[in-house]
Amino acid sequence: MKFGVVVFPGSNCDLDAYHLVKDVIKQPVDYVWHQEESVTGYDCIILPGGFSYGDYLRCGAIARFSPVMKAVKEFALRGGLVIGICNGFQVLVEAGLLPGALYRNTVLQFRCQFTHLKVENYETPFTETIERGRLLKIPIAHGEGNYYVDNETLRQLESNGQIIFRYATEQGEVSDTANPNGSVYNIAGVCNANKNVLGMMPHPERAGEAILGSEDGLMIFDSILKHWEGSRL
Amino acid sequence: MLIAQIKVLLKESVLDPQGQAVEKALGTLGYNNIEKVRVGKYLEIMLAENNREAANKQVREMCERLLINAVIEDYTFTLVEV
Repeated sequence: MKFGVVVFPGSNCDLDAYHLVKDVIKQPVDYVWHQEESVTGYDCIILPGGFSYGDYLRCGAIARFSPVMKAVKEFALRGGLVIGICNGFQVLVEAGLLPGALYRNTVLQFRCQFTHLKVENYETPFTETIERGRLLKIPIAHGEGNYYVDNETLRQLESNGQIIFRYATEQGEVSDTANPNGSVYNIAGVCNANKNVLGMMPHPERAGEAILGSEDGLMIFDSILKHWEGSRL
Repeated sequence: MLIAQIKVLLKESVLDPQGQAVEKALGTLGYNNIEKVRVGKYLEIMLAENNREAANKQVREMCERLLINAVIEDYTFTLVEV
């Protein structure tokens, strides 16, 4: 399964994502420069974390106009798997590939800490092989991860099963105390209606090896791999 | 030439954490009559354009395509001749 890690000027988690794919899950992977006009040949595109275009104007607002994003959009509309992590999530909402918006944390702090994620939908390529009921311990590192949608959109997301991860306590309770940034409904990750595009603020690529304090991020990548293998049978 | 003076604010329905922090800070300075503070953005765009109607249309288009995020933000603008 071939992965492409998009690199915008200002991306800074591209190396982590590349390392995880190449050295941990041991799959072929390339960096894809933001000026590229095609993502043909890739089975999964990763939009990594960072501060694309300095986060000027709004996070992700300028990156979405990169030539590569036109190709990523077409790839996604054809059903290609896309995962946007942190700044990558911000780019996806700005590009209109995912609903909602991400803005300043209500706590006014840059939050860099482990979070515990409750999986809300297992019927997606990103979650289908995750053990039921298992909380994922995955870190966040952001100042603008406050996910906003209006009430009507929230209801739609819920009924479509598009809410994928919610912030919970270590005991699995979804509560205000577990919410690190003020996100509506404790939302940490959502997908599109077709379930092939995922955006999440937590960094699964930083939780892929025991030495980093958690390997739970691997569950998401294992799921992607198994889904892709299954789709080829 | 026209200058578009664009003001961007979070929608009333969207919580404004920066506005709240500034509101508290003003309170600690002793200003006890502060009802509400909202923090937004101000942009000035100089346009090589004299036709107000065309400029209006273009500024609206630029706001909707790039300058604001309609999910969380509202904007107003005025055109000033220079």
